[in-house]
Amino acid sequence: MFETYLPVFLMIGVASAVALGMFLATTLAGPKKPSPEKNLPYESGSNTTGANHIRLSVKFYLTAILFVVFDIEAVFLYPWGGMFRDLGWFGFVEMLLFLVILGVTLVYAWKKGALEWEK
Amino acid sequence: MSTTGILIAAVAKILFVLLVVVGAFAPALVWAERRQSAMMQDRVGPHRAGIPLPKGVVAMLDGLRAPLRAGAYLSWFGMFLAVALLAILLLFREEPVLFGLEAKVYYIAIPVLGLLGLVSMAGYKAHTKIVEGGGTITLLGLLHPLADALKMIWKEDFMPPKADKFLFSIAPIITLIPAIASFAVIPFADVLYLDYWDAHIPFSTDPATLESAVVPLQIASLNVGILFIFAVAGTGIIGAAVGGYASDNKYSLMGGIRAASQMVSYEVALGLTIVPCFMLYNTLRLEEMAAYQSENFWGIVYPPLWIPFILYLTCAIAETKRIPFDAPEGESELVGGYLTEYSGMKFGMFFTGEFVEVVVLSALATVLFFGGWDIPFLTHGGFDLPFDWEIAIPGTNWVLEDQIPMAHWGVLAIQVGGFLAKIVVFVWFQLMVRWSLPRFRYDQIMALCWKGVLPLALINILIMALWILGLS
Repeated sequence: MFETYLPVFLMIGVASAVALGMFLATTLAGPKKPSPEKNLPYESGSNTTGANHIRLSVKFYLTAILFVVFDIEAVFLYPWGGMFRDLGWFGFVEMLLFLVILGVTLVYAWKKGALEWEK
Repeated sequence: MSTTGILIAAVAKILFVLLVVVGAFAPALVWAERRQSAMMQDRVGPHRAGIPLPKGVVAMLDGLRAPLRAGAYLSWFGMFLAVALLAILLLFREEPVLFGLEAKVYYIAIPVLGLLGLVSMAGYKAHTKIVEGGGTITLLGLLHPLADALKMIWKEDFMPPKADKFLFSIAPIITLIPAIASFAVIPFADVLYLDYWDAHIPFSTDPATLESAVVPLQIASLNVGILFIFAVAGTGIIGAAVGGYASDNKYSLMGGIRAASQMVSYEVALGLTIVPCFMLYNTLRLEEMAAYQSENFWGIVYPPLWIPFILYLTCAIAETKRIPFDAPEGESELVGGYLTEYSGMKFGMFFTGEFVEVVVLSALATVLFFGGWDIPFLTHGGFDLPFDWEIAIPGTNWVLEDQIPMAHWGVLAIQVGGFLAKIVVFVWFQLMVRWSLPRFRYDQIMALCWKGVLPLALINILIMALWILGLS
């Protein structure tokens, strides 16, 4: 178990070292010359008005919730797909039920307008 | 194998992947993208960065011009002469002696002479270009990405005063680490039988029966396989979202939230489009998928995988936020999206992460649909063609057979080369798409995912299930 995952941790370690190295290089080597104009939030030259953390459309949160629902579906499908030939018709019918229920979820979200961005 | 052995092998493989992917592929991709776009838009493109030579060397090169030109034209002429000789030899092949020399000599000498002609002409052209360019070696602009990286390190490291300092700093790191780390489970060649590395494994031998230390040529062979890539690559989304949130800029915030929303949507779609592949190969391990395709056919040959392949490419481009799916960083709407306030190498890290991700997704497309490291007719012993060939080469006693035996390391080297070549094709396709299509509107992007790709992917799973069950 440990020996299987050892190279993965090593790889993540090396990737972190590369990322940190790049980060440190630019932090140490890059000059820092702040000026009042430079410190303003960049909005193509016009002055910013109001708070910078604006309110956002609720659609983004709906998408996040849908993501959780369907990503979990994908996670369930992975092991099933990985041994589909061994499960045969039994596995097919089982997963069909699951997919139909989720299909209904998608249709419901669709009809409710959760997937509409134009309004 | 002992833990030490595994450790040494892992370090060697990680260094190889880093060198190839981050060291060579990502910069070459940046170069190719600019070069291709320049060609398509009729511009000059990246070619200015170069290594300047000292004045004395330039003067010396200038003095060499006349003899170099003479040599180049002489060998160019020699090349045509060689081709003419070859034609004569082929016309009179019953008489394999020409000018008192046997035909075998010409078969070796003529290609060498031809190559010499090409090389000397190219050398002369390069020399002229260097001298006329003021003594700078430009190498087609291949040094441009390197110059860019160096420049980015020394650029001003700007941080907005009201930004969340910790999140702003950590966002590029979060983006880059998963992009590189997801390469850990991708196999780049068949397994290496360490004790036989320089030997020829006979065609009739089943390599599984060999008594030898086995090194799988992928960094980690995990039973969750592909799930690891999605788990790790999913972390990259946080980088873009956090970077946009922490920048204290409206454009950044909108770009970040758009990036997060688009990437999670397409992650679901991407995950579901490739489920038919696991069903066909009956495994989640990437090395077993490649092995299955090596023993049977490449995945793309099976009709139920045609639509998933197209969907996969669509999702892959959307997942890397490149044109036509670049609404999160579309410059005409959001300046630079979540990248607006980033400068220097921090911007470069987002950039590198994006390009590494393109390479990873291309590698995954190769493994899932195009056989991974598999090259047609290349078995563990060498090329094994399906014909019954025995072609004698005229004028010699050489015979071309249908089985071409090769050493084990040679087979593996060809497999690695083939794998990289397939990645290059997919990467090139993605950058061609990038410079060919206009940007989609954000609602179109989301509608394409949730109303188009996702239902199609679910239907494809059922089609694949029925196809497998119907055939068995």
